[in-house]
Amino acid sequence: MNEDRWHEERLAELLALLRPAPPGWIRAAEELPSLRRTLDDLVARAEADAAFRADLIADLEQALAAEGVEPSPRVVEELRNRLEG
Amino acid sequence: MNARLTDAELVARCRAGDESAWRELIDRYSRYVHAIATQAFRLSDADAEDVFQEVFTRTYTRLGALRDDAAIRPWLAQLTRNLCLDRIRESSRTTPAEDVDPGGADETLAQLDEALTVQEALTRLGDPCAELLDRFFCRDQSYRVIGDELELPAGTIASRLSRCLTKLRAELEGRNDGVQPSGGR
Repeated sequence: MNEDRWHEERLAELLALLRPAPPGWIRAAEELPSLRRTLDDLVARAEADAAFRADLIADLEQALAAEGVEPSPRVVEELRNRLEG
Repeated sequence: MNARLTDAELVARCRAGDESAWRELIDRYSRYVHAIATQAFRLSDADAEDVFQEVFTRTYTRLGALRDDAAIRPWLAQLTRNLCLDRIRESSRTTPAEDVDPGGADETLAQLDEALTVQEALTRLGDPCAELLDRFFCRDQSYRVIGDELELPAGTIASRLSRCLTKLRAELEGRNDGVQPSGGR
């Protein structure tokens, strides 16, 4: 190994390459497990109850908001795909 | 210093539904994924955010299919790379895309891989050096801000940073002999 591989100036440059991701991105990724549970629950209820399913499909954004989930386009699209799948 | 889980242990805990392990996995790799999207492939913020969320969504839903838990790092790098290339191809269908120089991207990816190795060494080093170096080099905080927030005399920050870099180098070279960062918080 090159003995200068980890000289201090290079370490400073390498440290500066890995800056924190925006906090909102990290928070959304951290919330994936609870989001999965919410979507699983909504899909299960829709499969068991036709009236619920109709209401859900009529306004996905509202249904997600009511469950405490921010209805981002990505989440709405995923829920729609799962209901249609 | 807290015992740090190996990647394989962390992945196993995530697969078992341990949400604190999931947060740790994101903490460990979010900068790397972010940097691949924004530096190696120079995606816009909106595209980079989509790739970032898709990487972690697929990671969460496909952990069960991972063949080697210890290989999460190269697996994440490859997944991020592929999703970035997909995004660039999609964009080029509607608007003329700037050429992405694969050689340049590969070179940056190699640098980011080394940068992640340095970050891991920084984590092993622990505070106060880890926090000091992170604040100055990764978060661009001034001596004054660091001094105020860590309650350190601003005039001592430069020498502390120098000592911490020396300590980090020793850690990476496997000869951490306990060079002291001179106090700390």
